Amino acid sequence: MSPRGSTDHSTDWPGVRLHVVTGKGGTGKSTVAASLALALASRGKHVLLCEVEGRQGIAQLFDVPPLPYAERRVAHGPDSAAGQPGQAGDVYALAIDPESALMEYLSMYYRLGRAGKLLDRFGVIDFATTIAPGVRDVLLTGKVYEAVHRNRRGKNHRQYDAVVLDAPPTGRIAQFLDVNSELAGLAKVGPLRSQADNVMSLLRSRLTTVHLVTVLEDMPVQETADGIAELHRSGLPVGGVVVNQVRSRALDDEDREQAMAGSLPREAIETDLVKAGVDVTPQLVDGLLQEAREHAERRALEDSQRARIAALDVPTYDLGRLPDGIDLGGLYELAADLIDQGMA
Amino acid sequence: MVTVPRRTKYGPQRPPTMRVAPPRGPTVSAPDLDVDGLLDDRANRIIVCCGAGGVGKTTASAALALRAAERGRRVCVLTIDPARRLAQSMGLRELDNMPREVSGIRGTGSLDAMMLDMKRTFDEVVEAHAPPAKAEQILANPFYIALSSSFAGTQEYMAMEKLGQLHAESVRAGRWDLIVVDTPPSRSALDFLDAPERLSSLLDGRFIKLLLAPTRGPARLLSAGVGLVTATVSKLLGAQVLRDVQAFVAAFDTLFGGFRQRAEATYALLQTRGTAFLVVAAAEPDALREAAYFVERLTADQMPLAGLVVNRVTTPAASLSAEEALAGASRLDPHDSTQSAVAGLLRVHAERVRVQHREARLRRRFAAAHPTVSSVAVPSLPSDVHDLAGLRRIGELLAG
Ligand SMILES: Nc1ncnc2c1ncn2[C@@H]1O[C@H](COP(=O)(O)OP(=O)(O)OP(=O)(O)O)[C@@H](O)[C@H]1O
Ligand SMILES: Nc1ncnc2c1ncn2[C@@H]1O[C@H](COP(=O)(O)OP(=O)(O)OP(=O)(O)O)[C@@H](O)[C@H]1O
Ligand SMILES: [Mg+2]
Ligand SMILES: [Mg+2]
Repeated sequence: MSPRGSTDHSTDWPGVRLHVVTGKGGTGKSTVAASLALALASRGKHVLLCEVEGRQGIAQLFDVPPLPYAERRVAHGPDSAAGQPGQAGDVYALAIDPESALMEYLSMYYRLGRAGKLLDRFGVIDFATTIAPGVRDVLLTGKVYEAVHRNRRGKNHRQYDAVVLDAPPTGRIAQFLDVNSELAGLAKVGPLRSQADNVMSLLRSRLTTVHLVTVLEDMPVQETADGIAELHRSGLPVGGVVVNQVRSRALDDEDREQAMAGSLPREAIETDLVKAGVDVTPQLVDGLLQEAREHAERRALEDSQRARIAALDVPTYDLGRLPDGIDLGGLYELAADLIDQGMA
Repeated sequence: MVTVPRRTKYGPQRPPTMRVAPPRGPTVSAPDLDVDGLLDDRANRIIVCCGAGGVGKTTASAALALRAAERGRRVCVLTIDPARRLAQSMGLRELDNMPREVSGIRGTGSLDAMMLDMKRTFDEVVEAHAPPAKAEQILANPFYIALSSSFAGTQEYMAMEKLGQLHAESVRAGRWDLIVVDTPPSRSALDFLDAPERLSSLLDGRFIKLLLAPTRGPARLLSAGVGLVTATVSKLLGAQVLRDVQAFVAAFDTLFGGFRQRAEATYALLQTRGTAFLVVAAAEPDALREAAYFVERLTADQMPLAGLVVNRVTTPAASLSAEEALAGASRLDPHDSTQSAVAGLLRVHAERVRVQHREARLRRRFAAAHPTVSSVAVPSLPSDVHDLAGLRRIGELLAG
């Protein structure tokens, strides 16, 4: 078992303590963040999985009751490769909402008694967490910062080897993380400003990396490319691209080419279908050939998206599309795939 | 007076878990959605496509608009962030925030299309409703800039504002007899309905009123409590923020009423008989859950729901069970080239059947919980939808 906070050089991201997961809406950010947290929790590590969008996505994925603003254990990590029991770590989860984060922040730094309630009554909490630009994001990332840096201070809190953040989608990620420039022009001084500075120094450091989830379709890949460019512009560290929901590779290149061209040998196929013990009818063969053509056509599109991803020049990881959908077992399966590919 | 429903203070109102009855067996099925009937009924003047992110709202809006136009209606479609190629196919090369005629439409109808530019829409409203000097002051205010370009919800608000404008224009000039509206890629379909209210109630909220008080009311209104609050806020955010917000609010004050009024008028328009909501979903648990929330909300607010579009469903072309297909594949020799190809065909088929079953189960559940909601399923095409031909194809599939 590796000591807390030490780096593990057997993965692609040694020394990274904060894994931010973004991607176009609906591509699988939450699924991938959860799988990555599980993957990181092998080898006796303790991992915190955070969400910030108030959707209770983690609770749904792990099939537990809605999460409060408190860290709850949601799963055991997978057993390590060596398979000794007791070596697996744990995944804890935290749903961060800006109101609670603000109240916690205020009580930590100001010991507000009456003022806390007053602030709420006068609508300040609402104001600060919804329309005061950037404040909401500083509060959310500030809490993540606290969880990552906890190892160095407090005694009463749980310490984590890694934190995974199920972040807002690519379209908003640079803005979300670049809390400094978001506050710029607004809060030029004050404690929130210094909080933002702290967060920024963590996010720009080697302790952090930002992974992007995509599927092999035009818009998600475009968003990934745009997102990476924007992260670079903001000086934020770009991690890997997780290609999610990859279709099965049931047909090889030659078969797909023939399927597209309509030149698969029909008679030979009928003979082999009989060998396979299938009741052969012309409709069945037509149907299978049509499915093969559509599959090949989709795969060709996917291959062109793959080429665009390869040109981005970042490490990529593949996760297959689970035909029965995602459940807890599926998350462990995806976690194992990420471990195999060296992401964790 | 229209009452716009309020959300709970902290976050959206929604049930904590999916309240869906278990499937009652294979007989539960939703009534079919008559899309052509919807498009042909001249009483329908607004169609809104909403749903969770990435399910096909933009595609469905464009396809419906094209189909309506080719069935003789004069249509305007308001799209939000369409894919580049789709936008180009409709002749939308630049974001100029104005409807432009789409060429290549068959028949006697017409189709105009536009892409929403959120910031520009906001700026234009300010310019249209404030005296020039004041407008300039507002547009330059840092708080306004942040609000109009990055606040979560501004896009929904501006989509509503634009819809109101297009509708007013269609009434005034008679240029269109149908407006089809796409909705922003928000995490929740409900955001479209809730964002305007959320934003306007915040701009009109207690804290902002409080900030205005010193410039308006007698100084004695400043109780000790208020002093404490403003002091804490300045300490926390810096005094500059308060000054910017105060300046913005003072300049914007006379515009509030108008914004609110228009948002309420558009909300009321959405409740009238001439509007039809189409909820778009993928056959995925999350998307269908969002669709369920949305359907319940529309019912609660007496908004006219036309039905559910389940997009990108998987439809096997051959009838053979997944088990038979996989068993067959395992009997073939992986080292023989045609046999391995045939095994591949059988595996491709088996996967499609498995996905189809999962999707059908999810759709049955939805139908059991919402038996009166009509629906139509649109198969997943092997290619993307990025030209008029593709949109026509989706239109045909929508029409069943
Ligand atoms: N590898 C996979 N195989 C099968 N289904 C998947 C896979 N990854 C994700 N899904 C499904 O896709 C849908 C979207 O996934 P998820 O909720 O993780 O995406 P997201 O990016 O977090 O979405 P949002 O933007 O709404 O937060 C879910 O229904 C999920 O179960
Ligand atoms: N029936 C279909 N078959 C195949 N591809 C489809 C189908 N419907 C939509 N698509 C494709 O799916 C992608 C997403 O569709 P679209 O942009 O319409 O979704 P959206 O709901 O508007 O997304 P967003 O929430 O990001 O605005 C597009 O690439 C589109 O071409
Ligand atoms: Mg998510
Ligand atoms: Mg869209």
